Amino acid sequence: MMMTTQDRTRLPAPMAIRSDRQRVLRAGFIPLVDASVLIAASEFGFAAKEGLTLELVKDVSWANVRDRLAFRQFDIAHMLSPMPVASMLALGSNPSPTITPFSLGRGGNAITLSVKLFERMRDVAEITEDADAFTNATALAKTIDQMKARGEPLLTFGVTYPFSSHNYEFRYWLAAGGIDPDRDVKLVVVPPPLTSDALEAGAIDGFCVGAPWNMIASERGVGRIVAAKQDIWPSAPEKVIAMRPEWAATQPDTVSRLIVALDAAARWCDLSENHDALAEALADQRFIAAPVEIIRRVLAGEFSLDAKGNRRVIPDYFKFHRDFANYPKPGHALWIYSQMIRWGQVPYGDTALAAAAGTYRPDLYRQALGTGPAGEDITTEGVENGDHFLDGHVFDPTDMPSYIDNFAVSAEKPAGSDRRKA
Amino acid sequence: MATMNSDLTILVIDENTIRASIIEEGLTEAGHSNVTVIHEVQGVARIIETLKPDVIIIDIENPNRDMMEHLFQLTRTVSRPIAMFVDRSDTALIESAMDAGVSAYVVDGLKKERVKSILDMAVSRFNAFSRLQRELAEARSALEERKVIERAKGILMKIRGLSEEQAFALLRQTAMNEKKKMSEIAQSVVTAARLLM
Repeated sequence: MMMTTQDRTRLPAPMAIRSDRQRVLRAGFIPLVDASVLIAASEFGFAAKEGLTLELVKDVSWANVRDRLAFRQFDIAHMLSPMPVASMLALGSNPSPTITPFSLGRGGNAITLSVKLFERMRDVAEITEDADAFTNATALAKTIDQMKARGEPLLTFGVTYPFSSHNYEFRYWLAAGGIDPDRDVKLVVVPPPLTSDALEAGAIDGFCVGAPWNMIASERGVGRIVAAKQDIWPSAPEKVIAMRPEWAATQPDTVSRLIVALDAAARWCDLSENHDALAEALADQRFIAAPVEIIRRVLAGEFSLDAKGNRRVIPDYFKFHRDFANYPKPGHALWIYSQMIRWGQVPYGDTALAAAAGTYRPDLYRQALGTGPAGEDITTEGVENGDHFLDGHVFDPTDMPSYIDNFAVSAEKPAGSDRRKA
Repeated sequence: MATMNSDLTILVIDENTIRASIIEEGLTEAGHSNVTVIHEVQGVARIIETLKPDVIIIDIENPNRDMMEHLFQLTRTVSRPIAMFVDRSDTALIESAMDAGVSAYVVDGLKKERVKSILDMAVSRFNAFSRLQRELAEARSALEERKVIERAKGILMKIRGLSEEQAFALLRQTAMNEKKKMSEIAQSVVTAARLLM
């Protein structure tokens, strides 16, 4: 059972008095492939099996999703993982307490540069067509040096939101190559569906965004994919299911049912034999409204890097369920916090650290599913095989100041502040 | 009244030029003289920097709201803007604003009664605009219906040699018999004629 409200401004007011057994949940989402688990839960009977009805509401901006969740027009929402963390840290223009008991999986992002810029990088740095993400970043650094020497204007790159995995991943990639994202380039926000048009029009020179928008740009021959999320950090948190903590507290049974439904949907999304059906559903006007063929290839991780036929297959481009991809690991929230500090969005402090970690609620996940990964919730990240950071750094959440200080490129510390002190 | 409100700087961002001017008019009527209206977000950063607006009103369906969030994060030009609402407990205003499709940014620290009147006004103007649009759409479809009935009448007159009145009566009678709208019957006559002639 699925209802999509096209006329979003005409949503009926939510019930004033809610029973503690709410069975119809209004869920906001942004048209992206990483909303798959939520959409599949609604479209393929997983929510219904738990006695829940999901009313999916497509929205146009993350700011709207945040505000509609805060002001109770949504019960739950598809959100960028840094958004609840930002809310708990009182960042942004409408910080309202938000938690997540369920991550929607890993992967899906990539960095795309204009074909023109990539050609120039090849000229300047003599990189091959199949250069890796790190080599591409250093090639971009060399190109930027040349542009600076010639007095050319700064390159402009698009991300999706100030508190987004895209912002932090783009910055991570740039900085790994030796580029200061606040001085050497200009970062702007471009709504995902507009990215490839903006690239074609020359309004931006590159972007970091979720699927399917990178592949849409490369298929159109306007963009060249130079890095995927897997290259930057395979475990990097992506989208989550967000909710208000007070709603979760009054609806424990519903939250459990929701997690069970999402878990089953995520398991289903992971199986490649279901990808045709999933792609078909996602391509619909009510959801992503993009060509089904591209979505199918995105799900398979078959990347067209450009329109010339250069390809790359990323086996786990999307990980919807495997390896506890849905587990809301507080250590991941802390990594998000570390990047917020690194780029000067928030100072370091013990209270903030606890607030950031508390955004992720593994207790709700374990309560619903009776399972979870072995090991601690806060561990050293980037050490395991196949889970390294692009620049080889290791994240130790227990010594965040050192972690941040060890980056060659980061925002200047606010005057008089010491990251080692709260 | 005019002097009381005139010191607030208001920026209206709306891609819909008609709605924007309806809001502008409302603000001017309420005594606000420092009102700037822009229709596209291109270059909005510089405008905000120079204008330093106390209140920004933006259509909730504008995907560039995320761009605004970024702007507030980057620059300190707008000091601590709050999305939408000065008073979080005013749920009635919040709901009516969201229903109307209004979103707004307000500089923190402004007295809520000063901003509330602006938001109330924006909400009622947004609603008035939606009403206008609805009425326009209705008028347009009424006109279309009349046109198709005229065409069907002409076809019937020509093919069956009826007078205008007889043609009209035939359409009306058929519509009654089939429990359909006259415009629907007229449309099928037009379609049938296109297929057969």
